[in-house]
Amino acid sequence: MKTILSQIKLKNQYLICVLSVSIVASLCLFTRNFLDHKVVGYILLVVVSLLAMFLDILPVLLSAVLSALILNFFFIQPYYTFHIYSAEDTLLLFLFFIIALINGVLTHKIRKAEKKLQIKEVRVNTMKLYNALLDSLSHELRTPISAIMGAIDTIQSKTVTISEENRQKLYLEIEKASLRLNHQVENLLNMSRLESGVIQPKMDWCDLKELIYNVLDHLKEDLLFNKVLVDVNDNLPLFKLDYGLTEQIIYNLIFNASQYTPKGAKIEIKVEYNPDVDFDYNPDKLMPCVITISDDGNGFPEEEIDKVFDKFYRLQNSKTGGTGLGLSIVKGFVEAQNGKITLENEEEGGSVFKIGFPVLVMNTAAISNE
Amino acid sequence: MNNQTEILVIDDEVQIRKLLEITLESNGYKTFFAENGKEGLLAAANHQPDLIILDLGLPDEDGQIVLKRLREWYKNPIIILTVKNTEEEIVKALDNGANDYLSKPFRTQELLARIRTALRNLVQSNDEPIVQFGNVSIDFTSRIVKLKEEILKLTATEYNLLSILIKNEGRVLTHQYLLKQVWGNSYSDQTQYLRVFVAQLRKKIEEDPNRPRFIITESGVGYRFNTS
Repeated sequence: MKTILSQIKLKNQYLICVLSVSIVASLCLFTRNFLDHKVVGYILLVVVSLLAMFLDILPVLLSAVLSALILNFFFIQPYYTFHIYSAEDTLLLFLFFIIALINGVLTHKIRKAEKKLQIKEVRVNTMKLYNALLDSLSHELRTPISAIMGAIDTIQSKTVTISEENRQKLYLEIEKASLRLNHQVENLLNMSRLESGVIQPKMDWCDLKELIYNVLDHLKEDLLFNKVLVDVNDNLPLFKLDYGLTEQIIYNLIFNASQYTPKGAKIEIKVEYNPDVDFDYNPDKLMPCVITISDDGNGFPEEEIDKVFDKFYRLQNSKTGGTGLGLSIVKGFVEAQNGKITLENEEEGGSVFKIGFPVLVMNTAAISNE
Repeated sequence: MNNQTEILVIDDEVQIRKLLEITLESNGYKTFFAENGKEGLLAAANHQPDLIILDLGLPDEDGQIVLKRLREWYKNPIIILTVKNTEEEIVKALDNGANDYLSKPFRTQELLARIRTALRNLVQSNDEPIVQFGNVSIDFTSRIVKLKEEILKLTATEYNLLSILIKNEGRVLTHQYLLKQVWGNSYSDQTQYLRVFVAQLRKKIEEDPNRPRFIITESGVGYRFNTS
């Protein structure tokens, strides 16, 4: 309410002040014979105070002045003049005016202070996010760079001789570090693509089965210690999706599963769709396509599930590595294709990522007979 | 090979040039270098190299334009080596006549393999009557495809697709190119045909169609036939 009213244009605020003071005053006019004008003064004070809670200072001052004039003109004897008979009433009017003013100014000051605090809070939060980003970034980029520089220094060192075996180990470390660096840069680039809003999905017919196996092939080194199950219909229809974005989505999810599940954990990929598609192709009808990627690892801490898709969010007890970008990229790429992603823990342990796309679907039987 | 194979590298980054010089020279290739498009075009004309490695992000001119200008007369393989790895950029480069592309960062082993494939296609003429890969043989004169001595039944479309892929072995063929060649010009955006027929062909010639050895997917770009 506060925010809505404070967005009202100044001109309209003046109007609101004049209207509410006049309306309340005219209502009081009917009761002039039973009610003391002091009571009317209190009522008008309440109106001014209420206005002060929501509106800018100038309109509030106007309503204070206006209500004082109205009080004098209509309610303090003699009526319909600005004359006042008794000294008591003069004092009353004077006090009324002062209290209304102080009320307006004080409320205004409080609100101003509140606003300042809010801005400060936002700033503090932004700083926190920025620091978190810097922390994880500098860690994620500097660690592999240190590994590379250190390994090279040792290899080049003229004062120590290292065994051939150790030399090979150092080479391997350099390789691992550069792959890690590349992975992080790739994440950062994807994130900035998302942030800049330049992603325009290029929808084309995708063979999801081919896509999934292609991703698994790219990740085969990371999946050496996992059992991977692909549950995909042999006659899977084609879905109209962006191949590159969808590939990245599935890549990140499977990569995550491979990194954060214990050795030997099972990773399952499933594609489900509406079987009605088998009848005929309707170029205007979007149908659901659901890709599920689940594992039987430890799952996510329940209280953190809502946050895992947030940018730079990393689980509290997460092992080192990762910038907290992977899943937020996944979410961004899913949403860029009008899809939705959810994460749930399974009762018997493990986590389930479900991605639902509304897509055009084409059954392939008609084409394949040629 | 009797005379040393000559490779021209057009790349503005001195680190990449150094890396390529060492890698290529130690693998027996003779190398030339150019730092920008202008020099590159000149060097290509002067040396007539057997293969060109071209970076797309050159300081003076868009690599795509250099590629186009080269292709006006240069017939040997051109491999693109670039940080620009968007599908659009890759497809554009292939359409402009590049034989292959590799995005930076790249593995040198991969680059060497691509160079070998490109050069092999240069030496071998592509119209050998019978080609053998894995357990599959294809006889272009009689249009017969065999798997372990047994004749494979391929539809006309499957056969056309397979033979185009084989004749361009090692080369990335874009979706559009394959669709135009096999189905005709008006089909160039009907990717669904390609998806279906590639899946069918894989079922017939690959040992494990889900992990293809021969017909390799180039994400969002096209397909490559691979025999090595």
